Amino acid sequence: MSARTEEPELPSNGLGYQPRIPSPKPLGYTSTPGPDTLEIRLEFGGGLHLLFSQQPRHTIHVPRHVPSSSPPKPSDMRYLIRWLKGNLLSEREEMFGEGDGVRPGILVLINDADWELEGELEYELRDRDEVVFISTLHGG
Amino acid sequence: MPPTPCSLCHSARALVKRPKTGQQVCKDCFFEVFETEVHNTIVDGAGIFKRGERVAIGASGGKDSTVLAHVLCLLNQRYDYGLDLFLLSIDEGITGYRDDSLETVKQNQVEYGLPLKILSYEDLYGWTMDRIVAQVGKRNNCTFCGVFRRQALDRGAAQLSVDHIVTGHNADDIAETVLMNIMRGDVARLSRCTAVTTQSEDTIKRSKPFKYAYEKEIVMYAYFKKLTYFSTECIYAPDAYRGHARVFLKDLEAIRPSAIIDIIHSGESFVLEQSVQKGMKAMQTCLRCGYMSSNDLCKACALLQGLEAGLDRSALRQGQENNLTVPEGHRTIPKFERITSGASTPTTPIALESIEKPLKAIAM
Ligand code: SF4
Ligand SMILES: [Zn+2]
Ligand SMILES: [Zn+2]
Repeated sequence: MSARTEEPELPSNGLGYQPRIPSPKPLGYTSTPGPDTLEIRLEFGGGLHLLFSQQPRHTIHVPRHVPSSSPPKPSDMRYLIRWLKGNLLSEREEMFGEGDGVRPGILVLINDADWELEGELEYELRDRDEVVFISTLHGG
Repeated sequence: MPPTPCSLCHSARALVKRPKTGQQVCKDCFFEVFETEVHNTIVDGAGIFKRGERVAIGASGGKDSTVLAHVLCLLNQRYDYGLDLFLLSIDEGITGYRDDSLETVKQNQVEYGLPLKILSYEDLYGWTMDRIVAQVGKRNNCTFCGVFRRQALDRGAAQLSVDHIVTGHNADDIAETVLMNIMRGDVARLSRCTAVTTQSEDTIKRSKPFKYAYEKEIVMYAYFKKLTYFSTECIYAPDAYRGHARVFLKDLEAIRPSAIIDIIHSGESFVLEQSVQKGMKAMQTCLRCGYMSSNDLCKACALLQGLEAGLDRSALRQGQENNLTVPEGHRTIPKFERITSGASTPTTPIALESIEKPLKAIAM
């Protein structure tokens, strides 16, 4: 039996996990906030959080520019996905990434918009962007 | 990139790119087109529902059935279908998998105000999937599970005296099944698996109102509406063959989104030749439990007999002929009874686990 019964009702999130974890402790490597970093809020739905230390929500700080790119290239979704694979993904990389992008069947929303409308991998990140990854591959 | 305006209302910002049409739509227009398309699937031709029908939604707590419950409640009101809706859930008895999703279904019951019935393999068959896997191993467990689930839904529907079961199978699921049937050489099933509604004589009508709804849109809908669902994967590694089919389909869809609808269309276009159809067996009822079957014993009774006899995977090859007497001490499935509104005379309830039961059943 789950422990949820003793906990207060939490709002549903439409992402297919029970938001019962109180406050996510910072996990994995995140570079420290500063003028050279962007704060990005992440959420993993549809079971994907299982690949990210079981934590659905993360706030991370990524470099404003792709390291050692010259001329300095603004960090984009391609860089974010690479960064996630190197720093936050805790297991089974093939369940998340494929090539430069994400595995087919994983939906991506940037500030609540389908990333297919935002340029996908080419989208340039901005401070405080919210990026949501949802797997559609798990049972219905 | 500047925000794209919605291609339907031309005012709000587009948030979804529709896979089927490539249309870029805002949140409200997305809800509108999604719901309207499901409504169109429902009323197309003669329509799948009849006024006053009692309809059970096969609810797993997952995204598809949750969105289906939400949309059906909404459409039933909006278009006044006059349906009596129920939630019907099956508990396979898989530790750590169903617990959370059944909690979710219970939450849906409250949110949508629909009566809920949960039926467990344990109660029906005397076996949980945990025990079945412990005995037969992890290779063919899904075959047992599939046969048992199908019957469990029908039995649950009969107990609710429901005329119709709707399930959350979406366009991607149906395309995947078409591929699977082709890869297995099971061409006879192609047109059946693509039908919105299937009903053979004496079986409960089943429909898939999401036949044309893409998985992507279902997930987006659940996300934007903040619906309560639970994503999980069965711990008994699902069918690897099916897994490959799914990945293949997702790869195709990434290149050309219409692939899903195209595959469904291909499935629909296979028409069986007369001679093939004649070769298919006529339906009768299982001599042991009364469930519809093309043999003396239904699949579930045959599988159960194998399990009770302590067989491993070879239980799958258990014969379905002339096996009328249940071996001493074996568990049997409660008699399948269809409670139709006063039409047939109800048979006296038969005690569970009685070995005389099948004999009585034949005598009746
Ligand atoms: S994956 Fe197989 S065993 Fe698990 S619930 Fe599905 S059919 Fe049953
Ligand atoms: Zn619009
Ligand atoms: Zn039977």
